[in-house]
Amino acid sequence: MSRVGIVAVGHGRFGRRSDASVQELACEAFRAALQDGGLERKDIDGTVIAAVPEYHKQRSLTGVILEYLGLNPLAGWLTEDACASGSAAIRTAWMAIRSGLHQVVAVIGCQKMTELTTPEILALMGRVGEVQWESIFGTTFPGYYAMLARRHMHEYGTTKEQLAAVAVKNHYYGARNPHAMFRKEITIDKALGSPPVASPFQVFDCCANADGAAVVILAEEERARALGGDRVVWLDGLGAATTTMSLLRRPTLVSLPSAVEAARQAYQMAGVGPGDIKVADVHDCFTIAEILAYEDLGFCERGQGGRFIEERQSYLGGKTPVNVDGGLKAKGHPIGTTGVSMTCEIVKQLRGEAGERQVEGADVGLSHNVGGNGQYCFVHVYKKE
Amino acid sequence: MFSWFGKVNFTPHTKVDEFAEHLRQGRLMGSRCTKCGQQSFPPRADCPACLHDEFEWVEWDGKGKLLTYTRIDAAPTGFQDMGPYVIGLVELEQGGRLVAWFGESIPEDKIAMDMPVQVVPRVFEEIEEIKVYYTLEQPGTSWHRAPRG
Repeated sequence: MSRVGIVAVGHGRFGRRSDASVQELACEAFRAALQDGGLERKDIDGTVIAAVPEYHKQRSLTGVILEYLGLNPLAGWLTEDACASGSAAIRTAWMAIRSGLHQVVAVIGCQKMTELTTPEILALMGRVGEVQWESIFGTTFPGYYAMLARRHMHEYGTTKEQLAAVAVKNHYYGARNPHAMFRKEITIDKALGSPPVASPFQVFDCCANADGAAVVILAEEERARALGGDRVVWLDGLGAATTTMSLLRRPTLVSLPSAVEAARQAYQMAGVGPGDIKVADVHDCFTIAEILAYEDLGFCERGQGGRFIEERQSYLGGKTPVNVDGGLKAKGHPIGTTGVSMTCEIVKQLRGEAGERQVEGADVGLSHNVGGNGQYCFVHVYKKE
Repeated sequence: MFSWFGKVNFTPHTKVDEFAEHLRQGRLMGSRCTKCGQQSFPPRADCPACLHDEFEWVEWDGKGKLLTYTRIDAAPTGFQDMGPYVIGLVELEQGGRLVAWFGESIPEDKIAMDMPVQVVPRVFEEIEEIKVYYTLEQPGTSWHRAPRG
């Protein structure tokens, strides 16, 4: 069976982008991807749009994006899986290519969130929890992860300082990423002194709602080699799984079962294990989420995620560098775009184009993109020849 | 009548809508599948084990253990007038879980992981329309149950 390769990536600036509409954001990333791959629009024969539609005033986003980018009459459709929409779209593109229906597919992640107020966004996101039995008590997204964090702290002795250490690392790398929303380093004291959000979380435990776009162009093996030459990064392992919508029926509160299962599938398909991963982008929507990811992906033993960050094992030079682009925490989290942004970063790393954030000798990479508070998870494993 | 359930309700229509009427009368109810006997809380019209579509109501005693909790300082639309508030996740002795606010008998500084709690049915008395919910209270807390008619 032929492989699917990534031939181009493009990333726009994330942040509170009151200077641009959603289609203009998409165009920034699309233009960058065409330039990156030396491609033209006529090289593409299909599109998948990744966005969470309820944040936009524009309904049916696909139409306006394809028109603005000048991609009609190419086929296009929207893929939505909450905060994992971006990786769901990449998986969809992979399937479209392997089915033989398409040869070169552009995945366009685009999201404009900040037209809404923070309480409106909190209400929308809280309803990614189960609305019949949970949201009626005013649950919020930070609140869900906060409850997971509290249980992890109780069972494994994970500390607030260890949570804050995740934020410190991700801001350290965000300060070195020109696309990031927050380009300032922080200290543990600053994180621990920030205002409360949902105990035990404070402001610096939480990523920020953001606007922004990212584009990845994938191609069937032969086309990929012709278009990308030796810069192609192969998407060789894909895993996807779900767990319960509500915490009321969740089998565990100290792990995301969807992530464990998605990782198992992706490792098996790519023929690698956690020890082979040289660089990873994981879904750090909250500080605890990165600690859960270390454990769910097998980078460390269950319960040891707090120690893993404390020992700086996820920094450049550590056992497994994680989110050395700043993660959601410092880059910002335009929810439909995030998974596509992760793929952009891993592709840059495997090509050796990550500049001062480069992981030396990175030839196998991974992305871990979670939707909701664990309901959906996509894990991708990437290889460079 | 399920629209009675919760300060802000998002699910006006459900096959388990009598849950809200029971709660108003002081009873916390789960479901039992009439085919395989599987019990569920929250109640389900369709059995999670065998997918059978008939169930009967079963009263839960509301005794449980606190699995985790969080104090919400940044409240969403519809709850900003109440903030901050503390939400707990409870494992019920008879099976199942629920999310609820803490009541007056458990101030925030008395909350502890794995502590025993009693789930108590409540009616929002300050609101004119019927609004029912439940709170987490100290074990032994009593409340009014209307006789089952």
